[in-house]
Amino acid sequence: MLAEIFFAYFAVVIVLTSILVIASRNPVHSVLWMLLLFFHIAGLYLMLDAEFLAAIQIIIYAGAILVLFLFVVLLLNLKEEIKGRPFSRIFVIALVLAIGMAVVISSTMKLLPPGPVGQYSMDMIRATKGGNSSIIGRVMYTEFLFPFEIASTILLVAIIGAIVLAKKRLRS
Amino acid sequence: MSIFETIIQPDTFDVLIKIGIILLKIVIVVAAAMLHVMYATYFERKSIGHMQVRLGPMEVGPHGVLQPIADGVKLFFKEDIIPADADKPVFYIAPVISLVAALSSLSVIPFFKGFVIANINIGLLFILAMSSLGAYGIIISGWASNSKYSFLGGLRSSAQVISYEIAMGLSLVGVMMMAGSLNISDIVNAQAAYPLRVYAIPQMLGFFVFMVAGIAETNRAPFDLPEAESELVAGYFVEYSGIRFAMFYLSEYIGMIVISLIAVVCFLGGWSGPFDIPYVPFAWLLLKVYFFIFFYYWIRATLPRYRYDQLMSLGWKLLIPLALLNIVITGIAKLML
Repeated sequence: MLAEIFFAYFAVVIVLTSILVIASRNPVHSVLWMLLLFFHIAGLYLMLDAEFLAAIQIIIYAGAILVLFLFVVLLLNLKEEIKGRPFSRIFVIALVLAIGMAVVISSTMKLLPPGPVGQYSMDMIRATKGGNSSIIGRVMYTEFLFPFEIASTILLVAIIGAIVLAKKRLRS
Repeated sequence: MSIFETIIQPDTFDVLIKIGIILLKIVIVVAAAMLHVMYATYFERKSIGHMQVRLGPMEVGPHGVLQPIADGVKLFFKEDIIPADADKPVFYIAPVISLVAALSSLSVIPFFKGFVIANINIGLLFILAMSSLGAYGIIISGWASNSKYSFLGGLRSSAQVISYEIAMGLSLVGVMMMAGSLNISDIVNAQAAYPLRVYAIPQMLGFFVFMVAGIAETNRAPFDLPEAESELVAGYFVEYSGIRFAMFYLSEYIGMIVISLIAVVCFLGGWSGPFDIPYVPFAWLLLKVYFFIFFYYWIRATLPRYRYDQLMSLGWKLLIPLALLNIVITGIAKLML
């Protein structure tokens, strides 16, 4: 019962804040609504006993990426931004398409076959020492080592690319 | 079945007692933190005064010991001024965000064996998450005040906090690797097996990086560029007055106490000491924290403020590589032993 109440709270706030993110005229307010949104997503992760993901959600998304968003938005000329139209002309068409898509997806969702039940149930995670974070670490460095290394190589390429782009070209 | 029977079940009483104990712990910790902040300001003014061959506050009470109470009363009754064209809701909420972020970090820190408000498995990550939330209070207060000085202070702070958060997080990775846990109580217990019951000796590099990054995270001298009073008047909180200014002040000092507490529990063995002090289980923890607080003031009285480019190159070119080196060394040492 308590779990349902919390889920309902998180779900309602997530939907409301997502709408506020795109509906606010002031981009700084949008970023702040998004901050609230990220905290509620972290709350959902906590309900699933995924405390590591919840902490990472706050540290990476709220703490680093959103601060960079805010940094860029703060440098905009807000007086001009607020005067403009909040929504583009195809707003109505886009809304109809989005609602249609939501109806199609939610009605066909039940037809999808359920995935296989893995060994990492909530009881198993609770019983492990160190909990969620230790299991994620173990799985990532044993079963999924290769995809993990590929992802880190791609990130490394992106970092080096950013440095090359940002660095002043030296005359040879 | 009446509605009372559905609400009051056999275990309801136990749950209520548990909630009561948690609330009591919160009240104790917050009250202790507030008291410490009050006297941290007094101690700062006195110790820096003596370092600069002055006396510091002397008027209110003997040797000025009642000065923090007088300051607090004054701040409470001052007018709460809002600048014209400020973004009111954001202006109101900014100091609250700062204070909440600083206070909630206290909830996962163990003060002595078995005394912690929330003994969670991701304690260290929770503290990092709260310190990144604290940056929002500073950035949006700078923006919402609609003033050049506070805006510049806010921008400087956002760049500084992002840069030093990486170094701070990486410097704690060595501790996590040695303890094999993110739970702060486990980290303190794991240190008992090491010389002097501290991690500061095997984690020398991490400790150094953590201390420098911690001073930068709390925006204290010599990294107090966001509030550089000689260039920006007071930085991000220029336009704040009265109780909202007091909230920023509180969150800065609680931030200092939190960073000192993390340094003590992660690197200096927390509540354990060379011998046990009877009846006062938190005595060693407090002594170590007071030393770090004094260390903050000592540095403030000694070093001049960094220039902005020096601050950035120190963070990115020295501290982050050192923290990475520390992780590599810790990993190799752990494999060899």
